[in-house]
Amino acid sequence: MTTPQQHDPDNNSQLDAQGRLRHFLTTEGLSRDQLTQILDYAETFAGVGERPVKKVPLLRGKTIMNLFFEPSTRTRTTFELAAKRLSADVLNLNIEASATKKGETLADTLHTLEAMHCDMFVVRHAQSGAAHYIARQVAPHVSVINAGDGSHAHPTQAMLDVFTIRQHKPDFSQLTVAIVGDIAHSRVARSEIHALKALGVKTLRVVGPRTLIPAGVEQLGVEVFHDLDQGLRDVDVVMMLRLQRERMAGAYIPSEHEYFRRYGLTEARLAVAKPDAIVMHPGPINRGVEIDSQIADGRHSVILQQVSHGIAIRMAVMAMTLGRQGGENTADEDAG
Amino acid sequence: MTDSAIDIEATLDDMTQRLRALLTASGRDDVALIGIHSGGVWIAQALHERLGTTTPLGEINITFYRDDFSRIGMHPRVKPSNLPFPVEDRHIVLVDDVLYTGRTIRAALNEIFDYGRPASVTLAVLVERGGRELPIQADIIGQTITPAQGEHVKLLGPEPLVLVTKGTGQ
Repeated sequence: MTTPQQHDPDNNSQLDAQGRLRHFLTTEGLSRDQLTQILDYAETFAGVGERPVKKVPLLRGKTIMNLFFEPSTRTRTTFELAAKRLSADVLNLNIEASATKKGETLADTLHTLEAMHCDMFVVRHAQSGAAHYIARQVAPHVSVINAGDGSHAHPTQAMLDVFTIRQHKPDFSQLTVAIVGDIAHSRVARSEIHALKALGVKTLRVVGPRTLIPAGVEQLGVEVFHDLDQGLRDVDVVMMLRLQRERMAGAYIPSEHEYFRRYGLTEARLAVAKPDAIVMHPGPINRGVEIDSQIADGRHSVILQQVSHGIAIRMAVMAMTLGRQGGENTADEDAG
Repeated sequence: MTDSAIDIEATLDDMTQRLRALLTASGRDDVALIGIHSGGVWIAQALHERLGTTTPLGEINITFYRDDFSRIGMHPRVKPSNLPFPVEDRHIVLVDDVLYTGRTIRAALNEIFDYGRPASVTLAVLVERGGRELPIQADIIGQTITPAQGEHVKLLGPEPLVLVTKGTGQ
């Protein structure tokens, strides 16, 4: 494994001195090997959900706090389930996003919770950088997992998406992937782009209206399309993004109807993709806004598989970050 | 490092005979074999072939059940457990390469019980050495060995299977 300096351009210190995951804050800067290791662990944990007893004792005695400053059902539930399947104790704290900016209030909240001897914070916050901020504040033995910060990153969502792709199409070097929708405001898209580039997909496209594609996105190594039919031509994977309705107020798009007409995924639009293309969506889906029901429920859709994979991915990063204590890893020595 | 301390093929033949006799005597002819990753799986494969067992071989990886996780962390290469049969009410033969502290067997039993309640578990090991830290004994033992204190005993494989002892000062 390479040194954290080489792979940590933001100096966000999500890796420890041995290059192992201490926190999981972003997919940016992680190497192909590091990402692959997360996927491999998730593969192992996926089997736990299919057993009669859906639980392993790995994190018994650990306490995990879900700190949700922004509401989320799916992400919080799958984090909670992941922690429980690892036998950790979980507390869910839904802290209403207040007008106060991060700073004193957040730090105080944090130190109060730390005094309760927890081992991990899973953080969802409307403000970009919140998880990084918290990671800088916590005691050395505490790990932080970013469950979505503003429009910055949502690394576990990106990893479960990549995991889902790998289940269907294992050879990334042959793949053409299109991410469709509001790229500019999407933390999911951002984390997906970093992960997919590091894993070496052949072609990565972003498709959407000019107002929703950030300037300079090409520098991340993606191809930009404003026309859906061109963007979907011969793709193996279509990753739809949710259209956040609050964007309408900002006049980024004329109307939902108009958006669906130009960028909504329908059977007819998907016809130009490869016949075995898979369609993904991070949920919750807006039927008839970015995706047609026929597609969402159809044979190309892997949307519900993504949800199940979310549990396995979250188990993997929880186990990796909390299972890092104790210096050199000597686990390959038989204990007898 | 020394060459294989025992004749593994002959030991496996002998283990097979004794295991078959034990199972017949206890009325447990229809068994399912589970090998503990990774050395135990190789031994279980050999016994599976020799016994002509029809139930497919189970493999178990006890990484998630180890009692030293908080000290040594995640195993770098984790292969999923795979038990391709219902454990409930089955007679199980659990197989490992080296029986030493007994902690691996404890972890394996815990994991097996998370798949169901077996009718019985019989333990077969290629070699056993002293140093038990838990009250666990094998039913079938290929060989008993007495390595020097501080020496590790390890099965290398799968082709060929070689039992090696390594000093701590390697």
